[in-house]
Amino acid sequence: MIPGQFSYHRPGTLRDAVKLLADLGDEARPLAGGHSLIPMMKLRLATPEHLVDLAGIGELKGIRRDGDAIVIGAMTTQNELLASGEIASSLPILHETALLIADPQVRYRGTVGGNVANGDPGNDMPALMLTLGATYRLKGPAGDRDVAARDFYQGAYFTALEPGEILASVSIPVPPSGHGYAYEKLKRKIGDYATAAAAVVLTMKGGKVATCSIGLTNLSETPLLAEEAAQAVIGTTLDDAVLKKAAAAAIEIMSPAGDGRGPVEYRKHVGGIMVERALKRGAARAA
Amino acid sequence: MATQAKKTQVSMKVNGAEVDGLVEPRTLLVHFIRENLALTGTHIGCETTHCGACTVDLDGMSVKSCTVFAVQADGADITTIEGMANADGTLSALQEGFRQMHGLQCGFCTPGMIVRAHRLLRENPNPTEEEIRFGIAGNLCRCTGYQNIVRAIQYAAAKINGVEFKEAAE
Repeated sequence: MIPGQFSYHRPGTLRDAVKLLADLGDEARPLAGGHSLIPMMKLRLATPEHLVDLAGIGELKGIRRDGDAIVIGAMTTQNELLASGEIASSLPILHETALLIADPQVRYRGTVGGNVANGDPGNDMPALMLTLGATYRLKGPAGDRDVAARDFYQGAYFTALEPGEILASVSIPVPPSGHGYAYEKLKRKIGDYATAAAAVVLTMKGGKVATCSIGLTNLSETPLLAEEAAQAVIGTTLDDAVLKKAAAAAIEIMSPAGDGRGPVEYRKHVGGIMVERALKRGAARAA
Repeated sequence: MATQAKKTQVSMKVNGAEVDGLVEPRTLLVHFIRENLALTGTHIGCETTHCGACTVDLDGMSVKSCTVFAVQADGADITTIEGMANADGTLSALQEGFRQMHGLQCGFCTPGMIVRAHRLLRENPNPTEEEIRFGIAGNLCRCTGYQNIVRAIQYAAAKINGVEFKEAAE
């Protein structure tokens, strides 16, 4: 399988990349790790006339601390995320999730920016970003703007990105130390997208849930923030009745597609189970 | 329809040798390696980023060369299965392991398996069985059931570490 023809551009600065994308218009696409885009190009589901490769842009790389937030450059790979001590200690849910994405070869190439910017409902990082309250820095011809992850996703492959804009970095507020977290992903095999997955970040106080946030992957056209489910567990000790109530509230907002991963009812059912498991495991980890 | 895309000059190091070529931007790295360089040890399996038969080592990373354009690899340092033997031409520890432990049957996945295992052992010279299985999760084998591939990598790890290879008790 060979993709259609295109012209290849490799700018050295973000400014040049933004200019190229703006000048080339709708037929140009940015290329990050390429592990979603190249397979789509082979199937001719994507037929860009120009690819603007972001690999030569140093300012899009790296993980740094900025006050109470961790800023991850868009071209940081999943493998670099896994190698980062800062991520493992400050945002361990990202480490746990990256290990569940694809396979080793894909993690060497696949990037955080590509994962969150592509708008593929199967990608794992977007639900995490909603759960963690992350913000995306978008750079475009008209300048910079910050968009909250929860306002970014509009539909499958539809995002708040305007033509010519590049998602340059992700800024994630560091959760309090001692927080509990879990990403529960049901998949058919290594490398698969989630049949259903749930992310939980919570804090406990005196044996009860003090704060909680729950995100859902591949259970709708966009990642979901299960706010009522999270609300249902606050102030509780997460007994079985509460877990069931939270799962039911989460199922209420799910609208997965029926596909090779299972019919709609099944995916919602296991989606509820992922929520219960993530809550239980997250609480067990909380200090 | 777009007119014929302009060809681009690429140069890279493959198995220690400087090589170059003129490619269309859409030329996949695996096709450049197999057709331009006539190094056919790197196999094309699924062409959909699943099977890992096309795995090559690129700047210290295992990558599926069916999902990288040759233009993206411009300037890269690449090792393929043809570059895996010892400098004197004898089998590397991994190649010897695959031979001794019967780590292959039809052999189609073997180049990708060995190239991937090479990077795995560089990063983790003494992996547990679970780490080996997780580390080769991007490479599919339809013959062996993986048992002997895992043993082959354990054999190589023991040899590289200078210890005697002991099989786990059945």
